[in-house]
Amino acid sequence: MKLITAIVKPFKLEDVKAALEGRGISGLTVSEASGYGRQKGHTEVYRGAEYTVDLVPKVRIEVLVDDAAADGVIEAIVAAAQTGKIGDGKVWMVPVDAVVRVRTGERGIDAI
Amino acid sequence: MPEAINAGDTAWVLMAAAMVLLMTPGVAFFYGGMTRAKSVLNMMMMSFLALGLVTVLWVAFGFSLAFGDGGNGFVGDLSFAGLTPLVDAFATNGGTYPIPALAFAMFQLMFAVITVALISGAVADRMKFLAWGIFAAVWATLVYFPVAHWVFDFGSAELGGSGAGWLANLGVLDFAGGTAVHINAGAAALALAIVLGRRIGFGKTPMKPHNLPLVVLGAALLFFGWFGFNAGSALGANGLAAVAFTNTMVATAAGVLGWLLVEKLRDGHATSLGAASGAVAALVAITPACAFVAPWGAIAIGVLAGVICAFAVTLKYRLRIDDSLDVVGVHLVGGVIGCLALGFFATTSVNELGKDGLFYGGGIGLLGTQAIGAFAVLAYSFVITIALAYVLKRVVGLRVSKDDEVSGIDLAAHAETGYELGESGGGGVFAGIGSSSVRRAQEED
Repeated sequence: MKLITAIVKPFKLEDVKAALEGRGISGLTVSEASGYGRQKGHTEVYRGAEYTVDLVPKVRIEVLVDDAAADGVIEAIVAAAQTGKIGDGKVWMVPVDAVVRVRTGERGIDAI
Repeated sequence: MPEAINAGDTAWVLMAAAMVLLMTPGVAFFYGGMTRAKSVLNMMMMSFLALGLVTVLWVAFGFSLAFGDGGNGFVGDLSFAGLTPLVDAFATNGGTYPIPALAFAMFQLMFAVITVALISGAVADRMKFLAWGIFAAVWATLVYFPVAHWVFDFGSAELGGSGAGWLANLGVLDFAGGTAVHINAGAAALALAIVLGRRIGFGKTPMKPHNLPLVVLGAALLFFGWFGFNAGSALGANGLAAVAFTNTMVATAAGVLGWLLVEKLRDGHATSLGAASGAVAALVAITPACAFVAPWGAIAIGVLAGVICAFAVTLKYRLRIDDSLDVVGVHLVGGVIGCLALGFFATTSVNELGKDGLFYGGGIGLLGTQAIGAFAVLAYSFVITIALAYVLKRVVGLRVSKDDEVSGIDLAAHAETGYELGESGGGGVFAGIGSSSVRRAQEED
């Protein structure tokens, strides 16, 4: 099993969700995140005083998948989230040792 | 002498007084939204403390020092101390008005309250609450009451009668308080900010407004209340009140546009803080002029205030003076603009008690008189405030500790926080599940 984490632009959340649903992914976790990559932050001006804000708002999507589906899911997320402009985000994957469904106690693939 | 109270005039002045009262909570919101989240309550509390203190002092002796029957050009007397002598009397100020003297005293009280509250914007995040309270009470007594007398007291029963203020006698035009309220508060703010010193991290760490909707709400309350401030100063439900009302509206509209235009061209974006600030700057500038200029003059004054103040608020970074919420850039600068603009735009065609400025063939005389009025109030307020602040610094101390300033003055001074955002201060989902427990609550059933 794998945990796929995607950091994307907030306005791309709907597209990514639709793409994941299209691939039969039945659950995911979404949280608001802030950070920066190569694009760095942005500037805000209050009464003429300019502030550089390092962090930009992003959305973090986490989804647990079966090993076999993992590469396809990553491709689907990237395709849905891409604008080609700087600041599109990142997707990464890590192996997961155990997953348990709290309600039933099911383990492994059955719990995804 | 009027034979009876005029119901329409009295109703309008009482209503206007209530509207001006609303401006002080308006200032609390306007300033409160501009501070950081950790000091919003202290910011708002400074306005409410001023409201409490100044009101009590006004009844005790403040109104009398400003508008007492006798006195000299500099200050009134104690003839109306306690306000009891005003019961059943007509309002007199350079003439007798068919409204109760108490209505006039309450209307003028609201001006005293908000003038003190305005100063608090310069001391955000860092002034001891006790020191602010002492400052507010002493400043009102030594500065506001006398200066209100200089500008607003036209003599007991006839124009220029006994005890008229020296600026009023000189012929300085200030319909609703460009000098006594705005230049006065702005100069005091500058002095207090200098003695108090800069906030930790000023010019380095971001000190962004934490809640701009509160700022806009505050500006809206100020805008609404300002119609009472300006049009109420006619002390009657009459044509002059309508002139003041009209000019207040059009100048403010123009001020919003002026400030936003500067921002769009200079910074790239028109901001909500800019719209709120432009409105207030224009309201300040039209205050002395609202019943002495034609509507086109009001538009010009509004644009001038919006544009000039939008630049003035950036000066503090170069001067390294932490006038935290721009009381100087908006109220002092705006007040001076309005006061001097009368030298150009004043016209007797809208108010025969006014004068003609340069653009109406009145010559340069009025501009000179206005400059004297503006400078006298600025200098007096600045000097007395510097002295008062130094004494307070020695006697009770002006600033909270560094620790309290950085952790937040709300918690240190009031044992409260403005927003319950979860016990870790992070987000909302964990609120109520943290480690604190209830002390001294009702017993459980």
